[in-house]
Amino acid sequence: MSPQTVFAPWDDPHEKPLIQFRNVTKRFGDFTAVDNIELDIFEREFFALLGPSGCGKTTLMRMLAGFETPTEGTILLDGKDIAPIPPNRRATNMMFQSYALFPHLTVRDNIAFGLKRERRPKPEIDARVDEMLRLVQLQKFATRKPHQISGGQRQRVALARCLAKAPKLLLLDEPLGALDKKLREETQFELMDIQEKTGTTFVIVTHDQEEAMTVASRVAVMDHGKLVQVATPDVIYELPSSTYVADFIGDVNILEGRITGQDDDRVEIAWAEDQPSIHAKARVALAPGSTAYFAIRPEKIAISATRPETAPNAVTGKVLDIAYLGNISTYHVELPGGQVIKAQSTNTDRMAAREFTWDDTVWLGWSDAAGVVLER
Amino acid sequence: MRRFSWINATSLTLGFAFLYLPMLILVVYSFNASQLVTVWAGFSTRWYGELIRNEAFLDAAWVTLKVAVVSSTIATVLGTMAAYTLVRAGRFLGRTLFSGMIYAPLVMPEVITGLSLLLLFIGIGLDRGILTIVLAHTTFSMCYVSVVVSSRLDSFDRSLEEAALDLGCTPFEAFRLVTLPIIAPAVISGWLLAFTLSLDDLVIASFVTGPSATTLPMKIWSSVRLGVSPEINALSTILIAIVTVGVITASLVSKRAIAARQRDERAAAAAA
Repeated sequence: MSPQTVFAPWDDPHEKPLIQFRNVTKRFGDFTAVDNIELDIFEREFFALLGPSGCGKTTLMRMLAGFETPTEGTILLDGKDIAPIPPNRRATNMMFQSYALFPHLTVRDNIAFGLKRERRPKPEIDARVDEMLRLVQLQKFATRKPHQISGGQRQRVALARCLAKAPKLLLLDEPLGALDKKLREETQFELMDIQEKTGTTFVIVTHDQEEAMTVASRVAVMDHGKLVQVATPDVIYELPSSTYVADFIGDVNILEGRITGQDDDRVEIAWAEDQPSIHAKARVALAPGSTAYFAIRPEKIAISATRPETAPNAVTGKVLDIAYLGNISTYHVELPGGQVIKAQSTNTDRMAAREFTWDDTVWLGWSDAAGVVLER
Repeated sequence: MRRFSWINATSLTLGFAFLYLPMLILVVYSFNASQLVTVWAGFSTRWYGELIRNEAFLDAAWVTLKVAVVSSTIATVLGTMAAYTLVRAGRFLGRTLFSGMIYAPLVMPEVITGLSLLLLFIGIGLDRGILTIVLAHTTFSMCYVSVVVSSRLDSFDRSLEEAALDLGCTPFEAFRLVTLPIIAPAVISGWLLAFTLSLDDLVIASFVTGPSATTLPMKIWSSVRLGVSPEINALSTILIAIVTVGVITASLVSKRAIAARQRDERAAAAAA
């Protein structure tokens, strides 16, 4: 592999996946937590399972760790069925949401815990623990107990503990949920760094879409036990497969309409009586007359005082609300029919007077490739 | 804000008097020089000396101690196992019935417990003596242990055990290396409770004992029936002193541990 090659084993048909979910279903009584999942995860991937709480992402991970067994289907690790292997003999380690640090052991003993179970010689254990302490920069805190260190340090101990045994697969269950926003962002980059250094395959469960987008090589969006879309972060963001994904990741305008015309890859969507049809490029063939959803991100809509000359799509309305976020401003524009469209502009000038204010009449314009046309 | 009205003062005095006056009288009269319990004849430690020379009392004390240590240890092991299984077993048919049955001996009249155990021992032809007292005490005190331990296990973070399994422990190792050290305070207080219950018990021990074994409460009870002697007062005073020292030490130790923990947590938060 040359250094220029993009890391994308999922596109290579010769690549063997590290983990394969084959028609995996997990039911708890009447409740189906995981519904017939087919999924391949490759070596050295940083794979994110993303979804709202109760979507089955944690159950999926707990099946990998061995704390749950599939009701139907098989999970293969390195081509071998892992169902009969108990959690203590799996080559996976898990970082728990609560960190689950042993309160009666010091930081050093917590990290050494897994190594001691393998009955390795003491000097080897000590060397490995020192290496882990260096990796997470906690050498100074080795003799402290978990309640004697801060939340961020506890998180790093938990990470060092599950990395110590050099697992084939590291599972992270909402690892950064308990940290504040700034620390969480720093830690995300640390995680990526450690993942690259150790070459371990990471599977992370999170409900935070920004976190998934930041750290992951691929993201699986889940809903009600099913995989809705599995793709790289940019594809998930720019080419969502459904309005559910589009809505879950980032901010989006979703306009419901009907296909009125199709010419090659271009479609026309009638979406409001007193508005011009939307012109957009569609990736899928849609029959005229069928219902379609047009999803467009606010940052792809330009806002201007006069009608944009070149944009294939332009609507006019009144500014209803302005959300100033520092780096960007989001304008909520109300069209004459009552529909509200969000548009964003970057605040490039510092303290510049705002171009538009409440109740101003403005024009919104976008190109025909700015949004995606979705069937559902 | 802190006003000390006469109503408060009176109720406090009355309350404490109600609780401690009987014991105070007992302690005072244990230092009585007179043979007669109700007549004060000056200060003396004579009865303490007599007590030490009284073989029967020393024997009874020794029997009581042996019974208490052995029965509370067995009760702790069994009670902890029962609590662990019931808390971990999750939901199964009849779970409520099972956990209810664990608590039933708590409210069962001692006379009934004693009688039923006696019938059992006679039925299986077990010679009555220290062994039967130990078995009987284990039976009724293990449910107390199980209550104490299961309330601790209810708040125990299950993921700690899962983490231990995940790091390569067998289920038994996970219990021994992680669960047990963490719930140890509850197990120890369960043991202390069982130990105290066994020391105290008169009714059940009287039912199941034979001629060879007499516990201290039984000895005191039978002596008192012949008339209260100052020796009994002295013995009771020693018991009160032991219990007082024990309770105060235990509360000081736990208070200090809590204070140390809070100090550490504040330091950790400040360093973050």
